[in-house]
Amino acid sequence: MHLETDVLVIGAGGAGMYAAIEASRGGAKVIVADRSLIGRGGATIMAQMTVAVALGEEVPDHWEHHYADTLAAGRGLCDPALARLLCEEGPQVIREMDAWGVGWARHAGESRIKQAFAPGHDRPRCVYVDFLNTGPAVSKTLRTRLIRTPEIRRIGDLLVTELVVREGECVGAVALHLVSGEAVTISAAATVVATGGLTRLYARNSASANMSGDGYALCLAAGAELVDMEFVQFFPIGHLAPRLIGMDPIMWDPFRYKLGGRLLNGEREEFVHKYGASDDGKYVVTRDLATYAIQKEVEAGRGSPHGGAWLSFEHCSEAELRAAAGPIIDRLAKNGIDLTRQPVEVAPIAHYHMGGVRADAAMATRVPGLFVAGEAVGGANGANRLSGNAITEALVFGRTAGRSAAAKVRNLNGKRAGESAFEAAAGRLVQGRGGPEFNPAEGIETLQRLMQKEVGPFRTAAGLQRALETIDALHAGLAGSKPAAGKRYDTELADWLDLATMLGVARCVTSSALARTESRGAHQREDFPGLDAAWQKNQVIA
Amino acid sequence: MTAISILKITRGAAGEPAREETFEVPFEPGQSVLDALRWIRAHRDPTLAIRYSCTSANTCKECMVSLEGKTVYACTARLEPREMRVAPLPNKALIRDLVTEIAPPDERL
Repeated sequence: MHLETDVLVIGAGGAGMYAAIEASRGGAKVIVADRSLIGRGGATIMAQMTVAVALGEEVPDHWEHHYADTLAAGRGLCDPALARLLCEEGPQVIREMDAWGVGWARHAGESRIKQAFAPGHDRPRCVYVDFLNTGPAVSKTLRTRLIRTPEIRRIGDLLVTELVVREGECVGAVALHLVSGEAVTISAAATVVATGGLTRLYARNSASANMSGDGYALCLAAGAELVDMEFVQFFPIGHLAPRLIGMDPIMWDPFRYKLGGRLLNGEREEFVHKYGASDDGKYVVTRDLATYAIQKEVEAGRGSPHGGAWLSFEHCSEAELRAAAGPIIDRLAKNGIDLTRQPVEVAPIAHYHMGGVRADAAMATRVPGLFVAGEAVGGANGANRLSGNAITEALVFGRTAGRSAAAKVRNLNGKRAGESAFEAAAGRLVQGRGGPEFNPAEGIETLQRLMQKEVGPFRTAAGLQRALETIDALHAGLAGSKPAAGKRYDTELADWLDLATMLGVARCVTSSALARTESRGAHQREDFPGLDAAWQKNQVIA
Repeated sequence: MTAISILKITRGAAGEPAREETFEVPFEPGQSVLDALRWIRAHRDPTLAIRYSCTSANTCKECMVSLEGKTVYACTARLEPREMRVAPLPNKALIRDLVTEIAPPDERL
């Protein structure tokens, strides 16, 4: 099947949906394609609480203060233009979301929006939707806007496998329609890649199964550059044990924002202060430092039983817990957990990727016609992302990308590539014969364990080399085993395509991590501890 | 002896006769039915079609299946060390195995 549109948006998370809305406001016809269902997959819907924005509702604030905190968290590596865009335009998109009825939590009986304090910020700055409902509310609000916009066509179950470039310009994409197994070609005057990050590369991650780094692989193959690929943010207190069902592993973050909580080692002692941070009942320690402290306690034999740390709210009353978390307390009870009587175990978990596709402040890549938005963009957050910047980035960058894409459409005056431009790429998707001995689902798990072990928060040259060797070996197993397209909902083919993507992206992360012989932010080298001033630069992959 | 769960899964694509296949899965307390389905795909049969994206947060609402005749989210249904029957949703059009057409009509191709 062949489709034509002005703007193709790939990914229906916060960034993609905002891009679609803005492109349609700029006069463009839009197709939003997502490999999952519209507004249901991706990372946005999984966000639980904080959205950082200098609204000044809680205390006086200015975007320049938010910008200063973002740059400080980024350890010298933020792209200043992108960080500034995020902070300066954040209030506009957050106010627009408010007007669209997202329901930011407000002070009782007042119109004033509540802003919580989060680690790394100089004042209370984070808006949220109760209870632990920020992501679902943002997704639902944007999806409702899409539904009300006739110029936007929404198509789910469409897995984009290749961007098509002709005479140096991106002219659209080829996708696998999962439901039918058929190749679909989409001709577009402008394409926005909003596919999110790469946390699925890790065995322990807080993201959805869609975060395979699709956008990085697609854009790199189309001729765009990647930047800062070594910087994977680990969220320090991902849920570890006891096993919970129906709960997001980053669920403890909102509890800490509201109640503080105590982080304890296996001997039930506070320990974060030993690593130069303070954490006495307040949630102020930054993500990179907390991850480091937990990992070091585990290495020293002072971890919790499953290899993490204890997080305790035993000092809180049931009433305090219920006021902070509402119905979540009942869901915990169903899982047999009473926080007034027991601590839980937490450990670092892959959460976000600072790196990504290199873009300017108009969200344009170096490939004409190709724009990016959200976590797919690299550089705004440098070596470490400030809490709460991800949703703000998704919305601001999405809006900017949509605006730029609509301008591109106007410049082209409706000119688009014809169907023949897509034949070769569609052929690559359809061909294949499968390999009898190769299980791509197992290959993905092998890669995830490898990345967790060797390319996690702590890295060494030897471990990174081992990772590169295993990545090559997995790649060899993959080659020649591609299943042909054509089967309905062929998860084996989808896994094969994902593994190919994930291996390519894993190689980018690992080789960048190997080259950076220092420790900075989320990239910690055991064999090169400490910051090296000579490394205050960004690595680019082309 | 390691405890096991025995999953009896109704399989087949639209237009094919349905068949039941049995998989034995190592059981760990606290696991979900989705954990078991993912284990089968990685260790026994990658062609088993299932649909999910958020994995365990119960936010994407994509993993609905019929468990012992009741509609559940596979990510919140607890796995048990016994025989369990898993089938596609009976009231939705079948795509393949446990995947049914749950997208709103105007979001389909």
